[in-house]
Amino acid sequence: MDDLLREFLTETSEHIDVVDLELVRLESEPDNMAILRNVFRLVHTIKGTCGFLGLPRLEALAHAAESLMGKLRDGMPVTSEAVSLILATIDRIKAILAELDRTAAEPRGSDADLIAELSRMAVAGHGDDEAALEAAFAAAEGPDEAPAAVAPSVEPPPAPPPEAAPPPKPGPAKAARAPAAKSSLADFEGGRQKAQSVRVNVDTLEHLMTMVSELVLTRNQLLDIARRHDDSAFSVPLQRLSHVTAELQEGVMKTRMQPIGVIWQKLPRVVRDLSAELGRAIDLVTTGAETELDRQVLEVIKDPLTHMVRNAADHGIEPPAERRRIGKPERGTVRLSASHEGGTITIELADDGRGLDIAAIRRTVLARGLSGEAELERMNDQQVARFIFHPGFSTATAVTAVSGRGVGMDVVKSNIELIGGIIDIRTERGRGTSFTIKIPLTLAIVAALVVSCGGQRFAVPQISVLEIVRVDSGSEHTIERIAGTPILRLRDSLLPIISLTGLMKLEADADRDEDDGFVVVTQVGRQRFGMLVDSVFHTEEIVVKPMSKRLRHLQIFAGNTILGDGSVVVIIDPNGVARHVSAVADTANTMIADVAQASGAESDLTTVLVFRAGGEGLAAVPLSLVTRLEEIDLSRVEWVGGRAMLQYRGKLMPLVPAAGIEDVPREGTRPVVVFTEGDRAIGLIVDEIVDIVEERLAIELANDRPDVIGQAVVRGRATEIIDVAHYLPLGHEDWGRMPASAAAPPTLLLVDDSAFFRDMLTPVLRAAGYRVIGAAGVNDALRILLSEDCVDVVVTDIEMPGRDGFDLVGALRSDEGLRDLPVIALAAYANPVLLEKARHLGIADFVAKFDRSGLLAAVQECLPSYGAAA
Amino acid sequence: MIADTQTQDHLVRQDEEYEYVTVLVGMQLFGLPIEQVHDVFIPSAITPVPLAGDGVLGLLNLRGRVVTAISLRQRLGLEMRLRGQEMAVGIEYGGESFGLIVDGVSEVVRLSMDTREPNPVNLNSHWARISQGVHRLPEGLLVVLDLPAVLDADTVAKAA
Repeated sequence: MDDLLREFLTETSEHIDVVDLELVRLESEPDNMAILRNVFRLVHTIKGTCGFLGLPRLEALAHAAESLMGKLRDGMPVTSEAVSLILATIDRIKAILAELDRTAAEPRGSDADLIAELSRMAVAGHGDDEAALEAAFAAAEGPDEAPAAVAPSVEPPPAPPPEAAPPPKPGPAKAARAPAAKSSLADFEGGRQKAQSVRVNVDTLEHLMTMVSELVLTRNQLLDIARRHDDSAFSVPLQRLSHVTAELQEGVMKTRMQPIGVIWQKLPRVVRDLSAELGRAIDLVTTGAETELDRQVLEVIKDPLTHMVRNAADHGIEPPAERRRIGKPERGTVRLSASHEGGTITIELADDGRGLDIAAIRRTVLARGLSGEAELERMNDQQVARFIFHPGFSTATAVTAVSGRGVGMDVVKSNIELIGGIIDIRTERGRGTSFTIKIPLTLAIVAALVVSCGGQRFAVPQISVLEIVRVDSGSEHTIERIAGTPILRLRDSLLPIISLTGLMKLEADADRDEDDGFVVVTQVGRQRFGMLVDSVFHTEEIVVKPMSKRLRHLQIFAGNTILGDGSVVVIIDPNGVARHVSAVADTANTMIADVAQASGAESDLTTVLVFRAGGEGLAAVPLSLVTRLEEIDLSRVEWVGGRAMLQYRGKLMPLVPAAGIEDVPREGTRPVVVFTEGDRAIGLIVDEIVDIVEERLAIELANDRPDVIGQAVVRGRATEIIDVAHYLPLGHEDWGRMPASAAAPPTLLLVDDSAFFRDMLTPVLRAAGYRVIGAAGVNDALRILLSEDCVDVVVTDIEMPGRDGFDLVGALRSDEGLRDLPVIALAAYANPVLLEKARHLGIADFVAKFDRSGLLAAVQECLPSYGAAA
Repeated sequence: MIADTQTQDHLVRQDEEYEYVTVLVGMQLFGLPIEQVHDVFIPSAITPVPLAGDGVLGLLNLRGRVVTAISLRQRLGLEMRLRGQEMAVGIEYGGESFGLIVDGVSEVVRLSMDTREPNPVNLNSHWARISQGVHRLPEGLLVVLDLPAVLDADTVAKAA
């Protein structure tokens, strides 16, 4: 039997059991909307899954039942006749499921009787035309008419039922499931052996986890006591207890972790079937499938994610004709990614479709009285978009079998909030919609740094802490202020500082200087900042408990925990703090953009990092390519298969000596220049960092050496400009081969008047597997485009002397053969006017000149067939 | 379907009796429906949560569980004073544990619905928001607390 079908059977049987129970409850509490919503959601899920598996009988039944429940939800009185009828439908579904379990195929037969009855009642309740129409439609739907697109992929040979149907008795019987399944397995002689795993009730795991958490806390308490009486005879057994506890904890944690890819497995098929059904071409691109999540969290977000992917495909992506008309690639893309960031799991779902119709949402909000007119007036588009999370909200004009009943986003939101997560939406008309789900570390044990400020203790998840710096006026590190904003000079960078005492509006200790204390250097995503605290105590393993709903609106907290001494402390959420820092960072970015703009105008003024490696010669690399500079202790380097690796931020980073250094020395310290690409990093070992200088570079290309781009004069001395693209594959063998699946590499036309930028970007693009043709100006570019018909994407600078990038795009759009060529614009800065103009011309993406990863992502987006391989 | 006879229990009947745990804030008596009260304890070592506001005193450790401490005083719009003699009523609500901090806990009383009146129209708005009615008792008036209203944040907009 198909794995998918088996999973469907188990899951649906569980859902049906719940529906059964809840319906009975609903009958006795007809006004309880929560029950009704829950039942509605479950039936909706069943209907959806049936549709994808090609089970028309079940789908039709569930659809009819859902229609009636929709009416009940909209205010039709809940009568026992209605409940009986739905229950009868559930019974029929159960019968079909049992048959499905036995023969792996839906039994023949007709449900027209029940469907007609359900529709009649739905119509009688409200008597509106839509329902009547739907009723006629549903009744006519014979069991033989499978939705054209859904090909039943059930294998015909009847397999023995792999698992007994879940016990019909709810409640306590649930815990007995595992043994029951086992015994029924034993009964089947010749029954195929299941995988080496046992289904364990999540509650059991949950209980185990709680117990382990308590054990950890108790152990911490004991250790705390032992620390104070060090002569204790308990210390040895205590040590042992501590080890065992740690191992047990790890083991239990492991049973609960699963890569998020497990719940994504079904999605490609969902999208494929939907594409066929809707007649649209949709690609699903997923990244970060290996991100591990707590099993329970996965369970909770599984249905919402499926809903959202379905929604994105159904409502987001336009039909191909429409896409063509507005100059978008015909194939729509739904992008799903997951990452672990600063102790939070971030899941992002984005489509490049039409975006939400904000005007329609405003109208609906007013029509349903969800907000006052004046209040609504004051809201911006993003705020209005959030109304889609409101229960029962749906702007879809047509009810389709796929989605659009107003179930979904409200359920999605409540499911995510159930596990202490937050969801937000960004939408842009014509450009697409993206959802960001952030799930805090719930029920996890993490290492945390205990700090204090304003006389109170707080925990900071260690995962986001890079280092701790003592600051003291008069010592090496001193907090300085620019326009009142605290900044710390840390090695070669300026670190924005945020005082936690100030942020949390705590009363500062009058005796101390407000700029004395410790800076906890924190990294969230690409943002680095320092949190100023009064003192730092120690690191402790803590059990993260979710914040009460009453306090969840405080974004700077991730939860709370009980420390070894029994006191409760609040856990700081670095992500939340980062948002407060961004005011500072935004200003800094603008300054960088300004500088970049100025340098663009000055042509080729580039900041480079100058270093020495082997001998006296100098080498340089543009600073924009460098992620970090580190001083590493070479005795920490591990040798794996003759390659040097360093444990760096929880990962292994390969170290590569710069050309000129014969071998990586085994002792002492060396500066390392860190380059990163996505989540991979490589460290380039050099002898000495010399300087960071701004220079107008005139590069003389060198063809004889693969490791350098060429020579340039920096500060009056001849300096080799190294080619990072040469070193990247040395660390990661597969680095350059990511899009290698295609036979011929896609070709990019890179248009930029500055030779330096062309030379700088070409290796980066080549390293990513693209063929690159350079063009020095618009005329040059058009000549190449007209003579060569193999260009797949155009990457062009916007600001060029004479004819600029917009001229080029204009010329392309008016040419019959080149009209649909995707274009990515490069600019030193972006402003709304430029963006508007770019959108008008159908430019696929707007990327900052220094943003290499942004450029690569944009290129990949324009070439979906290559990206899909990732 | 057979109608569930238990449905009747959910309707308010005049002759029905309710049990309340009575608590004191200042001189005023309040009643908490007994089935919603989990336990009564002496609050200690409350960890304040910065920026929480709105009646949330902080978090405390009650036998290994983290309990959110809510000040009934503050919810009533009264000035906060901690004299160290407060009591807390443990409440399970919405899957979470709360401790309602009050000045004192008194006895459990059994009252019949016929002594219950709706909120007086001139009741202070802070109070009206979180009370469900008033019982006339020989020794004074008992305000019945609407626990969900006491525990829910009604002024703080939820982060979307």
